[in-house]
Amino acid sequence: MATVAAARGSRSGRLRYVAERRGVLAALLISPAVLFIAALVGVPLVLAIYLSFTNATAGSITGKWVGLANFRRILHDPIFRGSLWHTAEMTLISQAVVVVCAGLIAHALVHKFRGRWLLRFLILLPWAAPISLTVIGFLWFFDPQASIWNWFLVKAHIVSPLNKPNWLGTPHDAMASIIAVQAWRTIPFAVVIFIAGISSIPQEVNDASAIDGATGLRKFWHVSLPLQLPIALVAVLFGIVFTATDMVVPYILTNGGPFNSTQMITTYAFTTGINAGNIGEGAAISLFLLPVLAIVAIGMLFFARRAEVT
Amino acid sequence: MALRRNLFAYGIAVPFAILLAFPFVWMLVTSLKPEAQVYDPTKTWRFHPTLASYGFLFHHTDYVRWIENSCFVGVIVVAITLAVAMPAGYALARLSGRAGRAMGVGIFLTYLVPPTLLFLPLSRLIAQYLHLSDRLWALVVVYPSFTIPFAIWLLMGFFKTIPQELEDAALVDGCSRIGSLVRIVFPISVPGILTVVIFTFSLVINEFVYAITFISSAANRTLPVGVPTDLIRGDLFNWPGIMGAILIPSIPLALVYNAFLNRFIAGFTGGAFR
Repeated sequence: MATVAAARGSRSGRLRYVAERRGVLAALLISPAVLFIAALVGVPLVLAIYLSFTNATAGSITGKWVGLANFRRILHDPIFRGSLWHTAEMTLISQAVVVVCAGLIAHALVHKFRGRWLLRFLILLPWAAPISLTVIGFLWFFDPQASIWNWFLVKAHIVSPLNKPNWLGTPHDAMASIIAVQAWRTIPFAVVIFIAGISSIPQEVNDASAIDGATGLRKFWHVSLPLQLPIALVAVLFGIVFTATDMVVPYILTNGGPFNSTQMITTYAFTTGINAGNIGEGAAISLFLLPVLAIVAIGMLFFARRAEVT
Repeated sequence: MALRRNLFAYGIAVPFAILLAFPFVWMLVTSLKPEAQVYDPTKTWRFHPTLASYGFLFHHTDYVRWIENSCFVGVIVVAITLAVAMPAGYALARLSGRAGRAMGVGIFLTYLVPPTLLFLPLSRLIAQYLHLSDRLWALVVVYPSFTIPFAIWLLMGFFKTIPQELEDAALVDGCSRIGSLVRIVFPISVPGILTVVIFTFSLVINEFVYAITFISSAANRTLPVGVPTDLIRGDLFNWPGIMGAILIPSIPLALVYNAFLNRFIAGFTGGAFR
């Protein structure tokens, strides 16, 4: 009895000793997370690349290897080529709007003033509310008969009540609507990142520039702006990833229509892979999101290294 | 100086607040209209408000069921996420040097890999190997793929703010490293952990792509998919009810976000900017 207990005691003692070593403990604590991420992100990513070289369908368990056939087909597909262009258009225009608006709002919100809590709450609303739900709201705001935007436009005598815009029914307006909704929902997030960046600028910088007589626009241009470029870059990179890879807004508002004029990489991959059941081809389409990810990842790494140096 | 600064703040913040929040005002107005009047141009702003559509939502649709489903998935995913991300976030916060930093950034980058890239292979894995098609457990299995990297990043930021000396003192007093983690580090990180719980839960409430791919029956849908698919595609096009369905989860989420925003910023930037 006693020897067993002693042996067990020493074994657990040894285990405890091993667990006390920093490297071992760190590996022990991190490995579950690494395993989870490898299984849930790594494996599907590799599988996505594999599937894009097969003719897998929803019905057949194992697709056959078809080489580059999927890529050849989609690159000749005008709808797919359109979707590349639309994704770039939606992402770049909406994020340009976001940076300007969010920069202004963050500067206004960073200092304490009466009513800031309420204003910040109202500005955060689009980000806090579940996006797939609020987009349905926009479906109603863009309704051809009852659009509230049209009500304002008619009251302001900008459009005639007999010839109201059909926001989601015409290619040009549908794209503009999607871009507007993407900007609307990304602005609060960018504001948050900007506030974080502005509040990380030490007070000494403000004091020093005040002593040197820098005020207003000149201070903004020579002091605040250069210091905030890195944080603006982070906000833009996040915005690009979230917008380019987002399916919810275009899927619910137009589902690619009218006439595929708002078809995105994401909606086309869903239509092809899930609705039509061509998983191989759908995977090939969605892989075209990878360059966006690569660019953003390189940007982030660049930023992380700069943060390390300074 | 202060006056000018305040004028600038109001001049920018008030118009933008109106612009960004107006859709919610209009949702509220629509949700209170009698269903027969939503298309009536003479009743745009003047009408007799009614709560009828909220009654419809709770008694004649699966709305409550979707909220329950979302909460069920949310609670389990938050539990899994904390169990995996808390130890990892702590280890990455304390690992000094290049290796720890590179690993932290690497895990963070996996958060950027979007569902729209992974949903097709995952749909096959779910259907053919895990046999979880149309079950909420499919979402429980998949959602940690984005909640864990996100939570690790936030927790890393929070743990970095805890002075190493506190743990050293516990070690000197005879506490083991794991013991100091459980007895010292986690208890003082409760506000940070609560922030992670809230933002992880809201990621789950928001998720759309996986939920619409894996779940096919109305009773098993989560909130973000149930409302757009079953309240719109059904033969009843109840706009006031749909607007109510949007507002009910949005307002509490926004209140909580606002309350925890400063902590979120601290954790989010803590991992990168120090």
